[in-house]
Amino acid sequence: MKLVDEFRSPQAVRALSERILAKDGTWRFMEVCGTHTMAIARFGLKELLAGKVRFLSGPGCPVCVTSAHDLDLLIAVAGMPGVVLTTFGDMLRVPGSRTSLEQARAKGAEVKIIYSPLEALELAREHRDKQVVMAGVGFETTAPVVAGTLQMAVAEGLDNFYVFSAHKVIPPAMEALLRLGEVRVNGFICPGHVSAIIGTHPYEPIAGGFGVPCVISGFEPVDVLQTVLMLIEMSEAGRPEVRVQYRRGVREDGNPKARAVMDAVFELADAEWRGFGAIPASGLVLRPEYAAHDALKVFDPRVESAEEPAGCSCGDVLRGITEPEDCPLFGSYCTPENPVGPCMVSSEGSCAAAYRYGGREQ
Amino acid sequence: MCLAVPMLVERIDGEMAQVRLGDVTRDIAMTLAPEAKVGDYVLVHAGFAIEVVDREYAEETLRLLEQLEGPVYQ
Ligand code: SF4
Repeated sequence: MKLVDEFRSPQAVRALSERILAKDGTWRFMEVCGTHTMAIARFGLKELLAGKVRFLSGPGCPVCVTSAHDLDLLIAVAGMPGVVLTTFGDMLRVPGSRTSLEQARAKGAEVKIIYSPLEALELAREHRDKQVVMAGVGFETTAPVVAGTLQMAVAEGLDNFYVFSAHKVIPPAMEALLRLGEVRVNGFICPGHVSAIIGTHPYEPIAGGFGVPCVISGFEPVDVLQTVLMLIEMSEAGRPEVRVQYRRGVREDGNPKARAVMDAVFELADAEWRGFGAIPASGLVLRPEYAAHDALKVFDPRVESAEEPAGCSCGDVLRGITEPEDCPLFGSYCTPENPVGPCMVSSEGSCAAAYRYGGREQ
Repeated sequence: MCLAVPMLVERIDGEMAQVRLGDVTRDIAMTLAPEAKVGDYVLVHAGFAIEVVDREYAEETLRLLEQLEGPVYQ
């Protein structure tokens, strides 16, 4: 595959890993993107660098960090008469505090899995008698896509298209994690496709303020290994900065056009993250101009206060202080077939990655 | 969830475009990356092009890795 295979070259992987393993000391790097979690597990990078580099997962899986309360609200909207709820597939089985979208669908709610919000738009065009709600879950990669779709709906006068926004932005969560001080990290492997939108600037307070180097990374093994080497070299030089390894996809300034679309539709608000609680200015809600398309305002769902699934350590896993294998339910009561918490449900959750690819680091 | 795949732009039709990866073609929206041209690779996420892939940087990264001497970044 063009622009992929080259970045899986075994020679480059070997050369890079030899250089990393020859370094002094040991290193702990956190990735905050589910796609990185999966890539690191899938390509066996933990084992490759065992004893030298420890990879930690942070709050990088959008489905996993969605609070049980937000899920309950979403499920409540899905159950309303006339509503068709459209969602990315990963959300379907995630448990709220009482039920999941999948169970709601079994009880008669109309829930449709889509690959792109454009499919939700198409449904709204074809079924003008239905209220089509797009479940907006995802970080800065996804929010502009949902915003762009909503702008198309408005331009077409589709008044039966709504967005339920549980979108979040990632840098405030990274800062919240550092402020908690529970976990020691020598550097962040920053998300490539989030950064394609936001660029390098939002990470400056992390490198400058907290002194933790940040490298925006691609997703192939060669990318991640080069990122690790860049992080080590920056630490050795005592120069924590924000750098881009994934230069083929990320400009320093990100994608200003996509940001303009996102900012036209959404504004920052405090948001609830699973495992963290409320983080200031870390969520995206629809601007008042779009109130007529805001599912939370229009359908005004009411739910009781939510509880997290009993016995699930997902919150600690998302803060990087517990490894999936240390959860007492991992692999016994909690498996991808019978998941207890969202970190096992989502295909890119840390628990799902650990279960699927095994390989615990000793 | 933030997965994005490089796909080749084959045809642009207003705000939409047809892109290809191997045997798979898709119709995607170009509103977030309006500068993309036919023949470019774009990163596709959830039915939208979110960025044009910079092929020069892709090649530069690979060249740099071939040498693998000195620091891995400038
Ligand atoms: S293994 Fe299951 S129960 Fe344990 S933290 Fe992960 S998702 Fe939660």
